[in-house]
Amino acid sequence: MVDLENWKKSVTMIVWFKGEGFSYWRRKITSGFFTAVFSLSVVVVLLPLAFILGYLVYKGASSVNLNFFLHRPAPVGEPGGGMGNAIVGSFYVVGIASIIGIPIGLLGGIFLGEFPHSKLSTLTRFVADVLNGTPSIVMGVFAYTIIVLPMKSFSALAGGFALGIMMIPIILRTTDEILQTVPISLREASLALGVPYWRTVLSVVLRSAKSGIVTGILLSVARILGETAPLLFTSFNNAFFSYKLFEPISTLPVQIFNYAISPYEDWHRQAWAGALVLVGVILCVNLIVRVFFRQKFEQSS
Amino acid sequence: MEYNVETPIVRKSINIMGDGRAVTMDKAFKAFVGFFAVATVFIVVLLGIRLYLSSRIALFDMGFWNFIKSSTWDPVSGVFGALPFIYGTAITSVLSLLIATPLGVGTAIFLADLSPRWLSQILQPLMELLAGVPSVIYGLWGIFVLSPLMANYVEPFLMARFGFLPLFRGYPLGIGLITASIILSIMIVPFIISVSTEVLRTVPTSLKEGMYALGATRWEVMKKISLPFARSGIFGSIILALARALGETMAVTMVIGNTPQISLSLLDPGYTMAAVIANEFTEATYDKYLSALIAVGFILFLITLLVNAVARWLIWRTGKSQ
Repeated sequence: MVDLENWKKSVTMIVWFKGEGFSYWRRKITSGFFTAVFSLSVVVVLLPLAFILGYLVYKGASSVNLNFFLHRPAPVGEPGGGMGNAIVGSFYVVGIASIIGIPIGLLGGIFLGEFPHSKLSTLTRFVADVLNGTPSIVMGVFAYTIIVLPMKSFSALAGGFALGIMMIPIILRTTDEILQTVPISLREASLALGVPYWRTVLSVVLRSAKSGIVTGILLSVARILGETAPLLFTSFNNAFFSYKLFEPISTLPVQIFNYAISPYEDWHRQAWAGALVLVGVILCVNLIVRVFFRQKFEQSS
Repeated sequence: MEYNVETPIVRKSINIMGDGRAVTMDKAFKAFVGFFAVATVFIVVLLGIRLYLSSRIALFDMGFWNFIKSSTWDPVSGVFGALPFIYGTAITSVLSLLIATPLGVGTAIFLADLSPRWLSQILQPLMELLAGVPSVIYGLWGIFVLSPLMANYVEPFLMARFGFLPLFRGYPLGIGLITASIILSIMIVPFIISVSTEVLRTVPTSLKEGMYALGATRWEVMKKISLPFARSGIFGSIILALARALGETMAVTMVIGNTPQISLSLLDPGYTMAAVIANEFTEATYDKYLSALIAVGFILFLITLLVNAVARWLIWRTGKSQ
């Protein structure tokens, strides 16, 4: 689609500009102006980020203490409450999501990566992109209709299911892309040694793609850790520590939301503390990916 | 770069082994992983069907077009029209795109063409960070920082300067369509940046160097080579961002005011499709109410499906042309 005609035309135009004595300085200044505008837009984009993170640390740091991690929410007016149950609940729900999302995403991704041009792969890739672009709240509605409604109860399982579905397309597509970068020669070497194809995939291809696959899984976890919308009416909320699969459970994002829209000053403070912890955890996961996996992945591909 | 059991070389190597069991295992393996690919497709199909079935009560009762056209949302008397939500979603999405597009494309051009390599390597992780912050955190910041800022400074200013336009009339509440749009634009800008930067990096260096050799300035190279070449990819990234904006829930819910009304003024509170589901789902006390909310979700699903398909197609087209 390189528009050669257009390219030739622009070249002619510049030559024409020069020939006619089109002001050199005017062109220089226009160029400098736009360069400045583009540089400025970077600053404008980064400003809110600095503003948000700065405010988060400023507001949250003073409220994060040991109580916050160990205790469950106290009634309004009583000091010393925390989000301990919400933190545990968040990991519990993400755990359920991983049990649902990782096998489907990983094994489906192996199919896409190993048989990249089959009709099923093309279809699955498109469907995964659709799923990836579907609003998270719609996942919540879906989980509600197939788990909460029949069981007549909000449950940790429903929340985990909604998040698990969100993990699938991310893991599927990263696995797909990584497997396609594994050199054919590697597979051929294995096959030449008499290793059956399925064994080649498991022991040679997957092993060399390991860090890329782990990256995909971790990124999907980082993505769902902060999801609130699909949990509002699936895992709902719980004022106590709960480890039951079929009962409502408290999660950090939902707790932050509930506290943020409450009228109590003390709860606002705790919402900021929760937000700081949540962003901290997500940052850590991203950092782990960057430091331990991304490097290797870039080298191998 | 493809590898496939069906390709002749592999089939040969499998046959050479002459071991029937191995071939059976290979087929079983393919069927096994294929099953999970099918499962993914099945889940999405099931999602569409379930949403449709669950929204039937409201859709049949109100009539599909009537449900979309009617602007009355009155759960107490059982009358449901989704127009205020569709309107709010459309206004906030479009407005946020208007803010985010110039910033996002400008930043992408900077990252791809202007900045030194070391600077891009610092900036890009920061942009990813911006995309990684959860929606609820943006909402929290929106309630306690942006909203007072809008109410005290920005909105009075807009009313004083542009009050003659119907767009800026009303009261400076700090919550409303314009605050939601600003939060949304902050949230979607990373998506525009990451895809646009990638697309701009695929512009062949030889073309750019050719222009530079003839004495073109940086801006002329961008205008004549980079931007036209990456046009449909950039457009795709904008549509991808639109899909995000359409479905964004938490941050919008927290700052838009949650009032089902259609108002021309950007300062007035509104409601979006995602926000009404988030807010009223647990309050839906009877079947038709719940069904109406699921119907809003179903329509949202269909819209994002369409928008995503268009975006993917545009990006795919640029990728193919290089």
